[in-house]
Amino acid sequence: MSKFKKKKSGELPAISTASLPDIVFMLLFFFMVATVMRENTLMIENRLPVANQVEKLDKKNLVMYIYAGKPSSRYSSSAGTQARIQLNDKFANIEDIAPFVLAERAAKREEEIPFLITALKVDGETNMGLVGDIKKELREVQALKINYTTRIGDASDNLK
Amino acid sequence: MARRAAPEVNAGSMADIAFLLLIFFLVTTTIETDSGISRKLPPPIDEQQEPPILKEKNIFVVEVNKNNDLLVEEEPMELKDLRAAAVAFLDNGGGQGDDACNYCQGRKDPTSSDNPTKAVISLRNNRETSYATYIAVQNELVAAYNELRNREALKLYGKTFNQMEKDLNDVNYPGNKERLKDQIKRIQELYPEKLSEAEPKK
Repeated sequence: MSKFKKKKSGELPAISTASLPDIVFMLLFFFMVATVMRENTLMIENRLPVANQVEKLDKKNLVMYIYAGKPSSRYSSSAGTQARIQLNDKFANIEDIAPFVLAERAAKREEEIPFLITALKVDGETNMGLVGDIKKELREVQALKINYTTRIGDASDNLK
Repeated sequence: MARRAAPEVNAGSMADIAFLLLIFFLVTTTIETDSGISRKLPPPIDEQQEPPILKEKNIFVVEVNKNNDLLVEEEPMELKDLRAAAVAFLDNGGGQGDDACNYCQGRKDPTSSDNPTKAVISLRNNRETSYATYIAVQNELVAAYNELRNREALKLYGKTFNQMEKDLNDVNYPGNKERLKDQIKRIQELYPEKLSEAEPKK
């Protein structure tokens, strides 16, 4: 009898899975840290132009974003192919900018209002006409501090 | 002899390794911040206010047409030459008497700008101009101002203007911040950023 028992113990032992949770946690943490949070879902194409004389936008709570560009392929049937403005999560028109800025301002504390910056995230292929219109609207509501958000690189790459 | 069961690997230290990695990534990753060219828009137009009278020679006209071609003072120019041209214009210092500029190193050409404090760069663009080209031009013009400011700051205070601004935002800066602020202001007064933008033409 003892002869048979010995044979059974020769099987491979099961691989310990005690470390599996650790590996999973490790991956989880890695992705948590490496992911950049997006505040808005982009509905437009947004390839920013490049520049090298840039300043950092550090205080994120003092920045409001205005996006502009051609509607991305998912939305081009409903929104057309002309460059559009996006505020928060929806397409907007030029005249929606002033109420948007005022609403953003109302949500901030009073002492922060003079430091508010409007970041223009505009696709490189947009015409300046649209950007000019946006700037005109911003001037009307006294949102004078703006930042043309760019990628960092050599400016001559823009012309390619 | 019969085979023995392989001993189980001790997995107790796995958690430690995982935490070590976690802490490493936590420390080394920076959450991406946006960066870009900061500008200040002029306040809304006041009808009563008379526009200031500027001498023709103190205005440097940069125009980008609808085909994204660059025209500087009505002459076509390549983008790579724009920075040098803007520096030459701003730093010309051709003024006499009150307008004289004693820190300029330009050619002192009487047909170009009198003084950096008087010199205005006027940027005009067409509605059809692409935004990327506009940013490229803006970038070069800002670079021209930065170049002059850096030069002047290096001469007066022994460090570049960019370094001074970085120091101002640095919490660990050992020096006197009030003094640094005054120095930055002084440089900005020597080379004020006077960049005017006309309404885009149709």
